[in-house]
Amino acid sequence: MIIASNLTKRFGKLKALDDVSVNFMKGECIALMGPNGSGKTTLIKSILGMVVPDSGFITFNDKNILRDWQYRRHIGYMPQIGRYPENMTIGQVIAMIKDIRSPYNTAFDEELIESFGLNAMLKKRMRTLSGGTRQKVSASLAFLFNTDVLILDEPTAGLDPVASEILKEKIKAQIKKGRLVIITSHILSDLDELVTQVIYMQEGKLLFHKNINILRNETGQQKLARAIVSVMHNQRS
Amino acid sequence: MKKIIKYVTADILRNKIVLAYTVLLLIISFSVFALQDDASKGMLSLLNITLLIVPLMSVIFSAIYIYNSAEFIELLVSQPLKRKSIWLSLFYGLAAALSIAYFIGAGIPIIIYQPSATGFIMLGAGIILSIIFVAIALLAAVLTRDKAKGIGITILLWLYFALIFDGLILFILFQFEDYPLDKFMVFTSAFNPVDLCRILILLRMDVSALMGYTGAIFKDFFGSQTGSFVAVTVLLLWVIIPVWLSMKKFKKKDL
Repeated sequence: MIIASNLTKRFGKLKALDDVSVNFMKGECIALMGPNGSGKTTLIKSILGMVVPDSGFITFNDKNILRDWQYRRHIGYMPQIGRYPENMTIGQVIAMIKDIRSPYNTAFDEELIESFGLNAMLKKRMRTLSGGTRQKVSASLAFLFNTDVLILDEPTAGLDPVASEILKEKIKAQIKKGRLVIITSHILSDLDELVTQVIYMQEGKLLFHKNINILRNETGQQKLARAIVSVMHNQRS
Repeated sequence: MKKIIKYVTADILRNKIVLAYTVLLLIISFSVFALQDDASKGMLSLLNITLLIVPLMSVIFSAIYIYNSAEFIELLVSQPLKRKSIWLSLFYGLAAALSIAYFIGAGIPIIIYQPSATGFIMLGAGIILSIIFVAIALLAAVLTRDKAKGIGITILLWLYFALIFDGLILFILFQFEDYPLDKFMVFTSAFNPVDLCRILILLRMDVSALMGYTGAIFKDFFGSQTGSFVAVTVLLLWVIIPVWLSMKKFKKKDL
């Protein structure tokens, strides 16, 4: 569904992406992992067209995204740090995004808005919100349009355990519907039950892209965290 | 595109600076016309306001607005929208807000006290200057990531157009006073929209008699149909080129 070929991106001297090629298929739940600054967010932003790679290309449903913008209607995106116009209220932000996307997406999935209890604070201005509440708004917006692809950048960071559980259940339901879900996280325990594929990045390079069951068999570890640690360990030695 | 323009305009109106600017212009315009019986003297005072305050307000407000909308732009870019339409909407929203402010603030008094060709040229000049300086601010804001630097650049640009450019011209004139520079002066006026507007308006006023031989050359050129056509084209280019350059840059910008 999404194919990235030989992506390279430099920010000054730093190579954020170094010849990354990767393939995302429908129905997968992909965990994009790696230490801080390994290029996960840059990869995601390239897929969304927010960062333009120096070389290489990305196709979405076999169409190059470089001059395209329509493909984004199939994507729900939850940013790592949700930045919103500060003097708009939650209700206004949600209404605006709905309005912008209304020609393409008409059936709204407002389940998260309700279960996060955002309905009660639609009149609150964005600047007054805590980090966790912002995350809830971001998550609600990402899931609002029943999109085929969900890209979640550190979805559970900053959420309280209850909200985090709600979100995980929601992600699970989406995977069951056959949607492509890409999650970045370095909190490994969050992902155990959801993930089908694991991508590990380091210093802008893609170290491996494996099915989780294969990874478990290879390493002999059931827990994702232990499996990753064991892979890292083998690579060093 | 219409939708984004709607949100941008609503956002600009919500922050009440443009409203305050309109009221300020209204107060100034009515008072300069009311102070003197001779409306053409009022026009002269209003000319200086149009040439100094309007560009300053447009360029700084637009630059700050673009920087403060970083979040808004980031949010829009991740949505199914063309970058081109996001950027143009910001331009249209700012240009519309500031031109309407000038139209109400200075245009209405002009129409009341001086409904002549000169008055309408002044009105047109004020509106086009508002738009030109929005375009310049857009370019400065897209080129520098740092807010303080970007706003600093816009203030320097304003200083250049309002003061430094004239100083340079005077310097050249005095250095080369033995040579015939009159045609050259017509040519250089194209490089400063503020000067171009000043010439276009002054030529219509009685004071143009004070401008001597160069004034006669200006009158000869800008008074003709081709001359005014060239002047309007140059002013439009001052809008189109910065907007086009900034859009090219914005399309490739990492957010």
